[in-house]
Amino acid sequence: MTTASSAGPLHLALVGNPNCGKTSLFNALTGSKQKVANYPGVTVERKSGTFKTPAGRTVHLLDLPGTYSLRARSPDEQITRDAVLGRLPGETQPDMLLCVADSTNLRIALRLVLELKKVGRPLILALNMIDIAKHRGFAFDLDRLSDELGVPVVTSAAVRRGGVEDLLARMDAMVDASTAPDGTTTTAANTWTTPSAHELRATQREADRILRACVTTPGRPDTLTGRLDTVLLHPVAGIVILLVILFVMFQAVFTWAAPAMDLIEAAFDALGGLVEAYVPAGLLQSFLKDGVIAGVGGVLVFLPQILILFFFILVLEDLGYLARAAFLMDRVMGSAGLHGRAFIPLLSSFACAIPGIMATRVIDSRRDRLTTILVAPLMTCSARIPVYVLLISAFVPSRPVLGLFDLQGVVMFSLYAVGILGALTVAFVAKRVFWRDQPSEPFMLELPDYKLPRPKSVALGLVTRAKAFLERAGTIIFAMAVLIWFLASFPQPPEGATEPAITYSLASMIGHALAPLTAPIGFNWQINVALVPGMAAREVAVAALGTVYSIGGGDTQIGEALAQSWSLATALALLAWYIFAPQCAATLAVIKRETGGWRWVAVTFGYMLTLAYAAAFVTYNTAVALGAG
Amino acid sequence: MSVLSLSGATHGLLSSVSLPAGPQTPLGKARRGFCGHVDAISADGYPDLPAGELESRLIELGFVEGARIEILHEGAFGRDPIAVRVNEATIALRRREAMAILVS
Repeated sequence: MTTASSAGPLHLALVGNPNCGKTSLFNALTGSKQKVANYPGVTVERKSGTFKTPAGRTVHLLDLPGTYSLRARSPDEQITRDAVLGRLPGETQPDMLLCVADSTNLRIALRLVLELKKVGRPLILALNMIDIAKHRGFAFDLDRLSDELGVPVVTSAAVRRGGVEDLLARMDAMVDASTAPDGTTTTAANTWTTPSAHELRATQREADRILRACVTTPGRPDTLTGRLDTVLLHPVAGIVILLVILFVMFQAVFTWAAPAMDLIEAAFDALGGLVEAYVPAGLLQSFLKDGVIAGVGGVLVFLPQILILFFFILVLEDLGYLARAAFLMDRVMGSAGLHGRAFIPLLSSFACAIPGIMATRVIDSRRDRLTTILVAPLMTCSARIPVYVLLISAFVPSRPVLGLFDLQGVVMFSLYAVGILGALTVAFVAKRVFWRDQPSEPFMLELPDYKLPRPKSVALGLVTRAKAFLERAGTIIFAMAVLIWFLASFPQPPEGATEPAITYSLASMIGHALAPLTAPIGFNWQINVALVPGMAAREVAVAALGTVYSIGGGDTQIGEALAQSWSLATALALLAWYIFAPQCAATLAVIKRETGGWRWVAVTFGYMLTLAYAAAFVTYNTAVALGAG
Repeated sequence: MSVLSLSGATHGLLSSVSLPAGPQTPLGKARRGFCGHVDAISADGYPDLPAGELESRLIELGFVEGARIEILHEGAFGRDPIAVRVNEATIALRRREAMAILVS
């Protein structure tokens, strides 16, 4: 027997299988008093919060990643194991463990309870969703269950009002029972060691015995889930419904977000206009308007898409449908070496890679998640559309192809198709380059029973996502916007300058310096200069080209002027470049935030730049050879 | 690649006969509607994970000898993956890994 001090708040850790309702219990206990961060050095999310028990004790609650055992097969599960065992640097070992189990699916959970007992920490088992279980005809002998397991058992219904009161009351009693008068907690020695398959089997047998002795099951599975699955997992109907859901989701991210995004852009334009009106022209005005305001606007403009996409993801996840979508798409995605769950993030990336990359959180396996993040920016996002439209309408003649299609449409379609093919190829290659030594994770997951999502839980999830984006990625996006403004504004043009200001700036020097490098792909220095502010957002390159060429008016005039100064080969090379180029600082910032370091940013930037250069090179030289130079 | 060849073999076998519920059939070869019990887990020779790892993972998902099994659904493409009822839970897995579960 050892003792640990529990003076001060009680540290409680939530452990449980995936889909056991752990997150809803966490939400019910902590409400809005929760914090999301990353564990240092890994992409695993750390969720914590505080609450008070009826006796007034403060409890620090740590929500650990869902797991089937402490064997730790993934980085997430390693966090769970190390936190439970007190081996996680910078993390207090929990004074007590709260193991959450889905009352309708106790079999696998009881094996985990038996394993957790060996850690020696005080342990409580919470039978969650007890209301659903009783309604479906399950009967529990709670006293016997507690006796057999040697662990106090409480019931909870996290999504019901008042569903956690029993749990809170019992927690005080439990702490009192395990706390000596001097304020130290009694814990047994840790006897947990990594179980072998033989031991796992023995523990599962014991769990099955306890289950038979203490729980009466209704003998038939959830009929609603069964009936829904007959349709939703049907080889034909299921795929059709999935495609309809995905189409609605894609449309929503693409079009519903547009009015809000326009509003945000208009608001920040207006704010810029105010600055223009009240701050004297010069460096300060330019900094406020083009640096600060444009920078903040450039962060906020992504928020509508992120919120809409995550609304769908959270609802589908809580509903239990996301696991089904992965089941339906696994074979298709698997052929490119991607996980079934990569489908939603990649589809969302057609609207914008930023919500898409954030959505890769639905993929549990780290390597599958990183591969998806790596290829998401190759999906043609909506910011590329203005550039594509401008160049195609200026350079590609509108003439029928095969009597059915228009040449301009065919070019637009091929740009999308090349992006998709590129993504699948890169995913295929990445598996063999980065994960050569680690063969792919087997696809195995539980299909939970369908449950109605709770609005409160969805709302909390949305707030968490929005905060994470603004705090973690937003700061980097803002900093990059200011840096790009700096490059485009310094040094200032001399007195009496006749050329546009940008031609005297660092951006222009970069453009000129890069000219020898970009000559083989047909880019002149003006294009290079426009690509620098284009890093802030792809579509900005269009306006920047207008500035560099001193073209007044809208996109049409810019297009006409470009058609006179560039060859067709150059225009096609720029289109090819835009399919692959890492032309978006915000995407890189989000990759940094989601992967927890610059390494994957460098990998993404490097491979995309290489592909972009190669694609532009081949396109330019082929076009020149065909007489379009 | 091996996934493809494996499911190809599965197809050939399945198209000829409806599977008799004889002893010791790999779950990976069974069709939708199959009902039975887990007889043994035999993951030896599975190439993608260290020895014993696939067996451990299957046990953790409830595939222990004696567990009741029913194949509820098959994927649209190549009838892969499969959704399997294991006692009270439903587990989705690929046929490739389900080959390690011997059922009867």
